Amino acid sequence: MAIIKFVNITKMYQMGAEEVHALQGLNVEINKNEYVAIMGPSGSGKSTLMNIIGCLDTPTSGLYELNSVNVSEMNDNQLAKIRNKEIGFVFQTFNLLARSNVLHNVELPLIYGGVNSSERKKLAKEAIDRVGLGDRSLHKPNELSGGQRQRVAIARALVTRPSILLADEPTGNLDSKTGDEIMGLFDILHREGNTIILVTHEADIAAHAHRIVHIRDGKVERDEKVANRRVVQHSAAVSA
Amino acid sequence: MRHFLDELKEGLSIAFGAIRANKMRSVLTTLGIVIGIVSVTLMGTAIEGLNRAFNKSIAAIGADVLYVQKWPWGGGQNWWEIRNRRDINMQQARAIEKNAETAKSVSPLNSTARNVQFGRKLIENAIVLGTDEDFLETSNVNVALGRFMTSLEANGGRPVCVIGSEISENLFPSESPLGKVIKLGGYPYRVLGVLERQGSFLGMASLDNRVYVPISRFFKEFRSMHGGGLSIMVKAANLSELEETKEEVRGILRKARKLSPKQQDDFAINQQEIFVNFFNQIGGVIAAVGLFITGLSLFVGGIGIMNIMFVSVTERTKEIGIRKAIGAPRRSILFQFLMEAASLCLMGGIIGIIIAFPLSLIIDQVLPTAMPVSIVVIALLVSILVGVISGFLPAYRASRMDPVDALRYE
Ligand SMILES: Nc1ncnc2c1ncn2[C@@H]1O[C@H](COP(=O)(O)OP(=O)(O)OP(=O)(O)O)[C@@H](O)[C@H]1O
Ligand SMILES: [Mg+2]
Repeated sequence: MAIIKFVNITKMYQMGAEEVHALQGLNVEINKNEYVAIMGPSGSGKSTLMNIIGCLDTPTSGLYELNSVNVSEMNDNQLAKIRNKEIGFVFQTFNLLARSNVLHNVELPLIYGGVNSSERKKLAKEAIDRVGLGDRSLHKPNELSGGQRQRVAIARALVTRPSILLADEPTGNLDSKTGDEIMGLFDILHREGNTIILVTHEADIAAHAHRIVHIRDGKVERDEKVANRRVVQHSAAVSA
Repeated sequence: MRHFLDELKEGLSIAFGAIRANKMRSVLTTLGIVIGIVSVTLMGTAIEGLNRAFNKSIAAIGADVLYVQKWPWGGGQNWWEIRNRRDINMQQARAIEKNAETAKSVSPLNSTARNVQFGRKLIENAIVLGTDEDFLETSNVNVALGRFMTSLEANGGRPVCVIGSEISENLFPSESPLGKVIKLGGYPYRVLGVLERQGSFLGMASLDNRVYVPISRFFKEFRSMHGGGLSIMVKAANLSELEETKEEVRGILRKARKLSPKQQDDFAINQQEIFVNFFNQIGGVIAAVGLFITGLSLFVGGIGIMNIMFVSVTERTKEIGIRKAIGAPRRSILFQFLMEAASLCLMGGIIGIIIAFPLSLIIDQVLPTAMPVSIVVIALLVSILVGVISGFLPAYRASRMDPVDALRYE
């Protein structure tokens, strides 16, 4: 069943007098429990696509259905709710709140989701344990390594049990070893039933996915199944 | 509801986190609010003090009393005309006493300053007042010790007197004054009683440094030094009918002074209202000046808060983006920044009150007062209000930010 359905999506940015067409009639469908990598040259529209999937942005035209609901015409507050409940976003630059500790960072989506305090603490702890940072709950982000920060961001994305995990170059700011660990974590999360979409430049990283969607000039250029999936061993993934 | 409380808690912790992260800036920003709150509380305290002093004085003098005098209170008329008026005399006082039906009691009053002596103790220039037995009622005072003069003593001009508490303390520090003979301007008077302590009227001469003697004797022994001008105190039977009493007294007096219908009154009927107006004027001026300073500093303070909130919103664009990305709705962001502005101002308000409190103790030296609880509550509410108002625009801007743009902000 298609969890995401893009029909003729376009996105146009107005730069003064100039129009930038970031997406130009993009069609794609992604099913539940798929693990998809999005690749393409710089400026091809990958981040724009991810932002629209993640309801951070709305398309200029076209139809976007998420879980069979048309989200392309929703207002700001409705989109905020979808972001809160259905989407888990992992960014290249982690995007954690610097003044808050790990626990509070992970709790935050639940606060906006209206989950009560005890339930919140429980879910946040579970998510933090899930990414192998159980002993770092009370640390501030600047007391953690890059890989650990990205794990916190993943825990925050997971904590609401969203329908999709979106990751825009999640290993872009990490060295290759730490990047591999993070990818191992994604592999596990996928095996546990999560739908994952990630953007990457690196073929190595994309090889973890089942399917690679190649984007060029705001359109799908090629959509391929991965023949030899790379899977990191479980043990390597959870050791932080 | 619980959701709201959670957001409130989150908002508060963000607000205090932000204030703590920029301690110096926060304190400087709240300076305008601090000054505004100091002035609002001090103004409130001063007005409270004026009211207290005023009410005390009114109670002591009596709001339901008319003062028939040659001179009007507050002045404003032709000085020469008043100067040349005939004095008010005892016949006129008796006429009022006899004929005024709406008067409860009437007593004549004349005063001079004399040395008061007992043995070797001397009080220079104490006020000596001539009056009659009705004085207790017209002026609303009580006898603390002994008794007041009787009608017989008053009319017969007996050499007796009643003394104020201060005179009593100074002349008779360790013995009873009752029955003792004191000298007023050299003449002997026997002490009948001591009046209750009355205090002073807004820092003017003490009401307790006085000696009361029968009016007829007063005229005999002191009149030549002071002239025969008399005041007549008329206490109305009913405060709500003070105006009618005033008209009645006026009619009686015009008749007694044989004024033709064409002639203007050649006397004044004074009443507290003049005091009331006078004090309302003073209170009004203080309130207006205070309000102006308060308003101005709160306005300037509010602008400062708005400015710093715009800075805060811009600095935290990324944070706003993060919060939006994980699902914070607009109203949560709005609320967060409003809380921050309100907390800043509330902090200013609290600092203001802490500064104002010792200053109010200084005011207390001049006017008997205390910082009213209501003004503290008002000051805190005002500071929160200023925060909400001046924080609104920055908070609104934050709430409307586009999440993608906000996240991209470095
Ligand atoms: N806010 C914006 N205003 C104007 N143009 C924009 C904006 N965001 C993106 N673009 C343009 O849209 C196009 C697609 O940008 P996008 O960020 O989606 O590329 P990308 O594939 O993620 O590239 P990269 O691999 O470098 O991250 C680019 O030409 C970019 O300049
Ligand atoms: Mg990108």
